[in-house]
Amino acid sequence: MATAPKSAASKAKGGKGKAKTKAAPRSRTAKPKANADELLKYYRDMLLIRRFEERAGQMYGMGLIGGFCHLYIGQEAVVVGMQAAIDERDAVVTSYRDHGHMLACGMDPKGVMAELTGRIGGYSKGKGGSMHMFSKEKNFYGGHGIVGAQVPIGTGLAFAAKYKKTGGVSLTYLGDGAVNQGQVNEAFNMAELWDLPVIYVIENNRYGMGTSVARASAAKELYRLGEPYGMPGEQVDGMDVLAVHAAAEKAVKHCRDGNGPYVLEMLTYRYRGHSMSDPAKYRTKEEVSDMRDNHDPIANLSKVIVESGSKTEADLKEMDKEVRAIVVEAAEFAQESPEPDPSELYTDVLVEA
Amino acid sequence: MSINILMPALSPTMTEGNLAKWHKNEGDTVSAGDVIAEIETDKATMEVEAVDEGVLGKIVIASGSENVKVNAVIGVLLEEGESAGDIGDAAPAAAPAATAETAPADADVEAKTEEAAPAATVSAPAAKPVAAEKEFTGPTTSTTVRDALRDAMAEEMRGDENVFLMGEEVGQYQGAYKVSQGLLDEFGEMRVIDTPITEHGFTGLGVGAAFAGLKPIVEFMTFNFAMQAMDHLINSAAKTNYMSGGQMGCPAVFRGPNGAAARVGAQHSQCYASWYAHVPGLYVLAPYSAADAKGLLKSAIRDPNPVIFLENEILYGQSFDVPDDDDWTVPIGKAKIVREGSDVTITAFSVMVGHALAAAEELSKQGIEAEVIDLRTLRPLDTETIVNSVKKTNRIVSVEEGWPVAGMGSEIAAIMMEEAFDWLDAPLKRVCAVDVPLPYAANLEKLALPQVADVVTAAKAVCYAD
Repeated sequence: MATAPKSAASKAKGGKGKAKTKAAPRSRTAKPKANADELLKYYRDMLLIRRFEERAGQMYGMGLIGGFCHLYIGQEAVVVGMQAAIDERDAVVTSYRDHGHMLACGMDPKGVMAELTGRIGGYSKGKGGSMHMFSKEKNFYGGHGIVGAQVPIGTGLAFAAKYKKTGGVSLTYLGDGAVNQGQVNEAFNMAELWDLPVIYVIENNRYGMGTSVARASAAKELYRLGEPYGMPGEQVDGMDVLAVHAAAEKAVKHCRDGNGPYVLEMLTYRYRGHSMSDPAKYRTKEEVSDMRDNHDPIANLSKVIVESGSKTEADLKEMDKEVRAIVVEAAEFAQESPEPDPSELYTDVLVEA
Repeated sequence: MSINILMPALSPTMTEGNLAKWHKNEGDTVSAGDVIAEIETDKATMEVEAVDEGVLGKIVIASGSENVKVNAVIGVLLEEGESAGDIGDAAPAAAPAATAETAPADADVEAKTEEAAPAATVSAPAAKPVAAEKEFTGPTTSTTVRDALRDAMAEEMRGDENVFLMGEEVGQYQGAYKVSQGLLDEFGEMRVIDTPITEHGFTGLGVGAAFAGLKPIVEFMTFNFAMQAMDHLINSAAKTNYMSGGQMGCPAVFRGPNGAAARVGAQHSQCYASWYAHVPGLYVLAPYSAADAKGLLKSAIRDPNPVIFLENEILYGQSFDVPDDDDWTVPIGKAKIVREGSDVTITAFSVMVGHALAAAEELSKQGIEAEVIDLRTLRPLDTETIVNSVKKTNRIVSVEEGWPVAGMGSEIAAIMMEEAFDWLDAPLKRVCAVDVPLPYAANLEKLALPQVADVVTAAKAVCYAD
């Protein structure tokens, strides 16, 4: 990465009427470690997202997926590293670039792909589409199409966790484009005011659609956006799943211990356009290929695994085949599952009391 | 097995494009994610990435080809161990069955559209019958609308610990209009939450809490400020249950005073009834009496759906008899005939019910007996009660405090055309606010808002009694 990840803004937490101290610099998280099984799990989870998204892109090209379709290719390390740090008490909510988050939450690739094709076997019975999928069972709260809207919602999930004393934490993902929305700052204020257990994961992939962070945001260091509220923040190499996981562990502990919200800025990159119809003229080919060739989270982790001696390249290739088979199965299901019955037009408008 | 590479679509509307350039030659090794070709339309140029790995065995459509149909085979990819010789006639057959059958070639799209046509004729299910309102015959106490609303919240909060109240000044200040008087003392600051002035934020937070199973009552100091929160009310609260295939309802109540108060100017004096009534996925309630305010608010809090609960500042201090029963509720979706009459139907809601009743008294003196319907619920509208009344009176006047264009009265007029046309002896008349921002000057404000005399005039007009 061009910029070394940074960390900022620790704060002293007191009791009631606490005086918020000025943010003091905090040292970077120590070099993370993971055992062989964990490495392999991260690898597989990232690979599943990559292969799933490639297939979704292909199916979009074939006209099997309609409307908007925002692919997560390149950013896989962020959700996989974050997800590995939470448990079943915790809730996840994100924007419309959500396929990776759903797979990382353990949602069935078949149900996700079938939603993309608008079929009854999809998570929303085909009524939500790419941007609107949910799984109460997996604590995945969407899937929101309005930039920034998921941020107060995620803050509300944290409010509910605190209200019910579940010990749960809310992982609320947002992009670099969302940080300038007023409601994001409204949510930050309430989260800190009420010490809510929410981690704001800013996925900074450098562009909000076609506008770079430099052109959209007066504050360039997004991890410091919580500072005025006294919220600690940290910048993380979002292309390195181990760095993400280490930062996630720290942030989750902070929240679980009742210290209020936390900001993680993930420096990441999306290889594809903003959506399928984005020609991506706002960035150079060299920039994209540098990220793919030198910073790819999956390729880099495969090197780590092979060098550690726990698996060979052939082993990883075998794993790739397994993952491809899962994705092919999902794609087949998504095409075989029927369209929703016309009667579904009128269901689910209201909850039957 | 060799894999066909198809001409991709950049958008759902693209049917053909130019194959500008191949980035790979026949015989080149291709990995998943490699850019293999560039295609262009009149709008954009895009790179085609390989989804599968193998060797580019054959280029079927050459660089520089124009008007290539979406889903046409542009090349063939060979997998490990295959050679170009294997392509031959295997290639067409190797196209994934699904691709060949479901690809939206133009003809297929049309066929699909026609096939789908019957779906459009599926009719909406009949409205579910609403349970009849329990007739209350027990003792009652004269109570203000303000206290009735407070009692409803307190009783429901006692009964369900997931119910909480949040909003500006609801706690320590005891409510900007004292509706939440005493609740902080009884329930504590975890359940009666003073928010910053941050409508968009706290509405979204309330929606998130509701998704997670809590039952928030979100108070807007007035509904004028809820415009800041409109996106969460509509996009997050109303639509999510549908978009999630029924997984994620939003059991929240959004309440506060709506409409004009007294001389507070245009920005603080708007009626939002028809705005919310427009939106599927919401219930919209606008009670008049203290009994209905209490009974409907209790129903709203218990309901698993998002409810917009429109109160009125002028009504807060008015007293009505309220049943002495903590479990007494009023069903959502049921209008109430508050005065029977045979000559003309007058529909109204919220503070305008008072105007309608006063007008009915005046009309009675002039020999016209008006039937006054308090709509109470604006979505779903109780059309049955209105239509049945019109079948009896054959004349109707709609009264509301909002503007005329696309207002509740417009909706009632449409329903009369569709469902009661043959029963009408005169065109419906609307009594609305004048179509201007509400002025401050006392005389102009009075001219802008519906008055009792306006209702009398309209009723006499539809009775041809001038």
